[in-house]
Amino acid sequence: MFSDDSQDFSGFVKSAAKHLNTSYPKLYKMDNLSKLAFLAADVILSEQKAQSDTALLFSNRASSLDTDRKHQASISDTNNYYPSPSVFVYTLPNICLGEISIKHQLHSENCFFVFDKFNPEHLHSNTEYLLHHKKAETVLCGWVDFDDKNYEAFLYLVSENGNIAHTVDEISKQYRSKL
Amino acid sequence: MSELKQELKEKIIDILNLEDLSPSDIEDNDALFGDGLGLDSIDALELIVMLDKDFGIQLTDPKKGKEIFKSISVLADYIAEHRKK
Repeated sequence: MFSDDSQDFSGFVKSAAKHLNTSYPKLYKMDNLSKLAFLAADVILSEQKAQSDTALLFSNRASSLDTDRKHQASISDTNNYYPSPSVFVYTLPNICLGEISIKHQLHSENCFFVFDKFNPEHLHSNTEYLLHHKKAETVLCGWVDFDDKNYEAFLYLVSENGNIAHTVDEISKQYRSKL
Repeated sequence: MSELKQELKEKIIDILNLEDLSPSDIEDNDALFGDGLGLDSIDALELIVMLDKDFGIQLTDPKKGKEIFKSISVLADYIAEHRKK
């Protein structure tokens, strides 16, 4: 779909947003985790014309550690103590779900889990619960991790009418194939 | 004063990550919030931090922020009168 030679994430995001026609003024105000999650979700939700009851089930390993470090650096010097509101507003990993919900007008369940590693069993059981109990018609799930120079996004959409069976094995297979 | 206005435009673009704008895109009397640059409440907090950090001006009354962040011209006038740095 898209590849880029940018050496840093900032350059990659700009190129990706341009290539994907993601025009959203607040994109560049987000922290890196939110930018990554927002762009990855935008690819799927724009194509699928997201419904307002599309639930979001995300997960990662590093939580919001990348932004937490920046916030920590800004408050470590007591003589130069100027915490940045636009940085510390992102010191929770689930904030990216809010950014996605605002853009796509989702009025739905959302949850962000933190695990040591990708956990298909947990995502699968939670998604099945939401669908079977009519809490959502579709669920956007996956793994969005950002830590220093390493980042990874793997998202997939689940509905009752999908073409691929929603099983733990299939999720694991798809995740491994994208690495 | 024109130097201060130019400095403010550059600072605002940098601090608020207004990637698509350059200082020449911002008119001195453009509204910073609402229909103008479309800044939001987090941006307002960031501007308050900028006033304190770069100009030594501490705003304690939120209503004052609404007045002085009206435009670059109004903000520059306020800074020129109250700056301690």
